[in-house]
Amino acid sequence: MLYELTGVTKRYSRGRKTVDALAGIDLTIGEGDFVAIQGSTGSGKTTLLQMLGAMDRPSTGEALYDGRDLAKMGEGDLSELRSHSYGFIFQAFNLIPTLTAQENVETALVPWHVGGDERRRRAREALDGVGLGERARHIPSEMSGGEQQRVAIARALVREPRVILADEPTGNLDERTRDDIIGLLEELWRERGQTLIVVTHDTWVASRASRRIWLDAGKLAPEGDARPGEEPQVGDGSAETDEAVDQLMPEQPALV
Amino acid sequence: MFFTYIYRELRRRHRQALLTALGLAVGVGLVVAVTAYAGGVSKAQDTVLHSLYGVGTDITVTQTAKLSQGGPQSFQMNPGSQSKQGKAFSRASVRSAPGQQSLAATKVTQIASLNGVKQAVGGLTLTSMNVSGKFAQATSSGAAPGSQSSGSSSSSSGSSSSGSSQSTPTASQAPIDVSSFSISGVDVAQTGLGPLSSTQLTTGRIFTSTETATKVAVLSQSYAKQNQYAVGSKIKISGKKYTVIGLVTSSAGSTSTSDVYIPLQLAQTISDNADKVNEIYVKATSASDIAKVKSEIKTALPKATVTTAADLASQVSGSLKSASQLASTLGKWLAVAALVAAFAVACLLTVSAVSRRVREFGTLKALGWRSRRVVGQVMGESVVQGVVGGILGVIIGIAGELAIAHFSPVLKATVGQSSTAGPGGAPPGAGGFGQAAQTVAVHLTAPVSLQLVALAVGLALAGGLLAGAFGGWRASRLRPADALRRVD
Repeated sequence: MLYELTGVTKRYSRGRKTVDALAGIDLTIGEGDFVAIQGSTGSGKTTLLQMLGAMDRPSTGEALYDGRDLAKMGEGDLSELRSHSYGFIFQAFNLIPTLTAQENVETALVPWHVGGDERRRRAREALDGVGLGERARHIPSEMSGGEQQRVAIARALVREPRVILADEPTGNLDERTRDDIIGLLEELWRERGQTLIVVTHDTWVASRASRRIWLDAGKLAPEGDARPGEEPQVGDGSAETDEAVDQLMPEQPALV
Repeated sequence: MFFTYIYRELRRRHRQALLTALGLAVGVGLVVAVTAYAGGVSKAQDTVLHSLYGVGTDITVTQTAKLSQGGPQSFQMNPGSQSKQGKAFSRASVRSAPGQQSLAATKVTQIASLNGVKQAVGGLTLTSMNVSGKFAQATSSGAAPGSQSSGSSSSSSGSSSSGSSQSTPTASQAPIDVSSFSISGVDVAQTGLGPLSSTQLTTGRIFTSTETATKVAVLSQSYAKQNQYAVGSKIKISGKKYTVIGLVTSSAGSTSTSDVYIPLQLAQTISDNADKVNEIYVKATSASDIAKVKSEIKTALPKATVTTAADLASQVSGSLKSASQLASTLGKWLAVAALVAAFAVACLLTVSAVSRRVREFGTLKALGWRSRRVVGQVMGESVVQGVVGGILGVIIGIAGELAIAHFSPVLKATVGQSSTAGPGGAPPGAGGFGQAAQTVAVHLTAPVSLQLVALAVGLALAGGLLAGAFGGWRASRLRPADALRRVD
């Protein structure tokens, strides 16, 4: 197992108010898993992603990554993990607005202290890998949402990390672009065998994963059950299928 | 990446960056202008001192006399026997300038041997008073003129004022002429320091080092002209004839020259001041030693008045004093206030800029950037603004200096008190007695030196670093999780 979480909690306090974002998580994730973490707002899914991504430490509990306890590691070691083992993808793309696409990918390599030429070469390759080679010198404001997220994916992948963590990667994209992005992620995941952990509220995105985890008020729901409030889907939920179905079938009352 | 990122970020918020740099520039420029101005004023003050005491004099030592000394000058006007009545007379009296006590000449050697003293020379400033005329005839009223104090002038009418204690002469008192001139005793072996050093030779020559007791005199050109002396003429001093060997004018437009300069030894003799001086001119080995030398002299001569250029500055009145006060009080505080304001603005703008990049920096930390790398980025941006501010500040400071040089105001300085009357009363027409008021006019400049430029850039850099430190501290507190914040 790549990740082994036991009794992980996270408590935030502001003055006298305390919030338990995570209230005791027991979770394992294997190398090469594609995991989707779902839950409503405030369920703690973002907090869990932060734990898994070494962005924060648990308040209590054990969080083993590759046998090392993240809960006990210093900031320097966590930083090392983030720069060498993990790749992040954010909902709002989080590109540096003043840097070009290529330079944005390069920022991921700054902690590696490689020479300028090497850095530029790798960044260029990563951009080509997501099909954006010719947009290398454009800044984020000159690109569409889908293009920006592709740049972000290139940035996450340029280091060939062991784990890719994505926080609502398609939350700011339209359906068609969403499909493209998820398709790209899936393809890369299959090619490279990385562990892919995606936080999402989109059921279609979640359905692409090999494992689905639900969080509710900081606790894990048992996996595999039907979720209350989830709508049954017609087809596989992708945009293409939705459009095709809409054309073929007029509006009908929902089936139970 | 480091410089690219700095450049791009400053370009993105170029208006703010320019404002920060400009704020620093104004604060720094003001400090430069005020410092240059104060330097110019200080230079002007030095010019004042040098014109009064000669270039190269750093400290003067005198001793003020107690009031009981230097009693009324009496000239023994009482003719005494009848036989002298109606006869012409002429009396000369040579005394130290009132208010100045003499110091032993050994003190000069004592001071010369102190640490930090390059040279010490003694001088003797005297006033020679001449009274001449005719003794009065006795009158029928029998009121013979008793000893008359100097300062009485004559009236030749028949009015008598019996019973009055005024010294108005009775009838038939012939007019009495009173004239005076100032004499400076000069150490002929060291004419480079001392009374002659504030003068310029126009005709003839000054003393050679062998003329310690030779009856030769150097006259001020204006005095010589007034009294029709020329090189080669003879001048009567205290009853003896001296040969005029040269004429001098004062340098730097001061009025501090004496009328007559003679060898010190002779000056001591004629004024009954053997082995005494009443002014010691001291030259320090370097400007930084002056304060130390001053305290050493005060220890050696506790009763003496030790004056440096800085002390003189406090006695100066006139527009130069106002200028120096302006520089030291208002100017200094204005500059400090402007600099503090500039620093504060720079800090605030930098911190606010960092606050607006929470997600950006959080993302970089999530990518594995160490805190110090992010802080370094912020400091780099700040330092660049500081450098730009420093350059602009120097330009502003130089512009200010050029403006002052262009207008080059002339400032006047009046040093010392106006002559206070000695107990015997001052005769009319007596000009300066030693300590009389002297006025010097100087042009004000505001030099900008290389050190000043370095100070300006240094200050601006300091401002940039300070702002960077604040911003960096703010940035260091950001967490990688901030990259995941939903609300901006």
